[in-house]
Amino acid sequence: MGWNKKVLRVDLTAGTCTSEPLNMEWANDYLGSRGLATKYLVEETDPTVDPLSPGNKMIMSTGPLTGTMASTGGRYTVVTKGPLTGAIACSNSGGFFGAEMKFAGWDMIIFEGRSPKPVYLFVENDKAELRDASQLWGKTCWETEEAIKRDHHDPQIRVSSIGRAGENQVLFACVVNDLHRAAGRSGVGAVMGSKNLKAVALRGTKGVSGIRDFGEFLKVTTEKKKVLADNAVTGQGLPTYGTQVLMNVINEMGALPTRNHKDVAFEDASKISAEAMHEKRETDGKAQLVTNAACFGCTIACGRISAIDKTHFTVVNNPKYWGASGGLEYEAAWALGAANGVGDIEALQYANLLCNEDGMDPISFGATVGAVMELYEMGVLTKEQIGIDAPFGSAEALARFTEMTARGEGFGKEIGLGSKRLCEKYGHPELSMSVKGQEFPAYDARGIQGMGLTYATSNRGACHLRSYTVASEVLGIPVKTDPLVTEGKPELVKAFQDATAVFDAAGICVFTSFAWTLADVQPQIAAACEGDWSMDKLNDVGERIWTMERQYNLAAGFTRKDDDLPARLKTEAAKTGPAKGLVSGIDRMIPEYYQVRGWTPEGVPTRETLERLGL
Amino acid sequence: MKIRFKLFAGLTELLPPTRKSNVVELEVEDGTSVQQMIDLYRIPPRNAHLVLLNGLYIAPAERPASRLSEGDELAIWPPVAGG
Repeated sequence: MGWNKKVLRVDLTAGTCTSEPLNMEWANDYLGSRGLATKYLVEETDPTVDPLSPGNKMIMSTGPLTGTMASTGGRYTVVTKGPLTGAIACSNSGGFFGAEMKFAGWDMIIFEGRSPKPVYLFVENDKAELRDASQLWGKTCWETEEAIKRDHHDPQIRVSSIGRAGENQVLFACVVNDLHRAAGRSGVGAVMGSKNLKAVALRGTKGVSGIRDFGEFLKVTTEKKKVLADNAVTGQGLPTYGTQVLMNVINEMGALPTRNHKDVAFEDASKISAEAMHEKRETDGKAQLVTNAACFGCTIACGRISAIDKTHFTVVNNPKYWGASGGLEYEAAWALGAANGVGDIEALQYANLLCNEDGMDPISFGATVGAVMELYEMGVLTKEQIGIDAPFGSAEALARFTEMTARGEGFGKEIGLGSKRLCEKYGHPELSMSVKGQEFPAYDARGIQGMGLTYATSNRGACHLRSYTVASEVLGIPVKTDPLVTEGKPELVKAFQDATAVFDAAGICVFTSFAWTLADVQPQIAAACEGDWSMDKLNDVGERIWTMERQYNLAAGFTRKDDDLPARLKTEAAKTGPAKGLVSGIDRMIPEYYQVRGWTPEGVPTRETLERLGL
Repeated sequence: MKIRFKLFAGLTELLPPTRKSNVVELEVEDGTSVQQMIDLYRIPPRNAHLVLLNGLYIAPAERPASRLSEGDELAIWPPVAGG
């Protein structure tokens, strides 16, 4: 069956935990994780609800392949209404927490209401209870995880928690599990903080049962692991160099957003790249990169584990940061580095550590710092206001801003609002490089045109993981397309969006899609789950999930005008590289995209489209 | 003519040991093709995965006919991806 068919509902206001059966009719239409949790949110909440009010709900959900022997089957999703965007929020994380939820016998946990005092949820198989977290409030994610394991005398408990950023309702706070994996985007950690929920601690010993055809599942998952191992990207490239290897690739293409998207190439890209992480430092003769790492069940192992230079100014007097820990990944290195012109890789790792420690999305944080630095250089913000000189390129300012934002101190409170609100406050809304209030990730929409459409139409605000057309436009997976043209991109983006929704809903990592297509995932789902899981059905499931998210956003008040890019990307041409002279062709792509999706010219799904998808 | 030749990730080791970084300036004959550079540096076909000439993608089939010009920048990666 793939599912445990059990939902844990936690009423934080009343302090109760109750078990209920999973709605299998919905599971049949939305599969799991991102899809199924969003269906629950749509059915149970008002889309116009204040994201940080008790009326919002937060759902942690696994997919049918989570916890199984399917490669990368360790993912879980946090679904809620996002405070950064006011749109559907859906943040996906790896590590080991998701699999543990399955082992404890649950498919998802629904949190509703608001606890009158700080609590954490402790689940041990069927037993679930809220416990006092007053001693944990004010602690970091790292301290919280350690304290819970110590108090329960069980190092095998898996913990997902918020740090001080979530407590302070930093609008891009994330939920951190297993120390350095995170449900990172859209501020899901702030929702958790608003509910006075400090952590979720799980211990499951049941394993995964109920696979529909175990023999077939064993056979097909083994075959598909071989596909990953034999593929040059998933078998060699990602484990050896991680995502960070893209820093030089995207820079060479002239599509690396630099200094708040003023430029499309960064002169110090090589200093903050995967190659730089491999180089031995002059100070201690050691490379920053220590090893790679894998999440539960993953046979790719793209994760980076690094050790910062102990002599670096950020940590020289702070030994607690000297050990090996997570990072740098490409998105974080870009946002903390190129986005604000900082070429000091040790400073980036310090900022990354603090983002992990106190639960902040490094993409939105770093991009907001980029906007602050531009406002500083324009003279709109001064040293007196922000507490430090902050020109582009200042590693000192980056480090200080990270500390201030994580701790909720001084100007850090304003950075914690995200770039949209901060730039509006200081009279320059055009300087927020965001869509629907969420900051861009690491690909410039002028040099990779499909990504512009990806950002503009992403249901959770600007995001690369809703349709990673970089695979096609840069890497030639599954087929090479020209990144500089808009032709064909609406169809490409829709195909990526719908397929990605299925990967997410299944409970596996989207990085498998560098080697797998949906045709590789389908037999794994079919062997695990009861019912019909044909390719046709999965294609419908993907489109249904996407359209359901769209409907939620429309009901929340979003319109066609929100499917747009900042003026900078539409009017300021790329200055260098292959895209020199180009702006984003988003205005050409949007009408065609709506047509391809079966939506009206105003971006509303037509009745025929909704009926076709059973919505 | 002079070109800038860049080998990234594990390919950097194929550059001469005297290199100071992963970028070398080379004097090459007029009309040299992208494929000839790949062959000259003994880059296995499987590892000449991503080839960019002045930032533009050169597909495997186009490499023999892609001729280098003065001041060109040729960059090559083994199989890589990101997120």
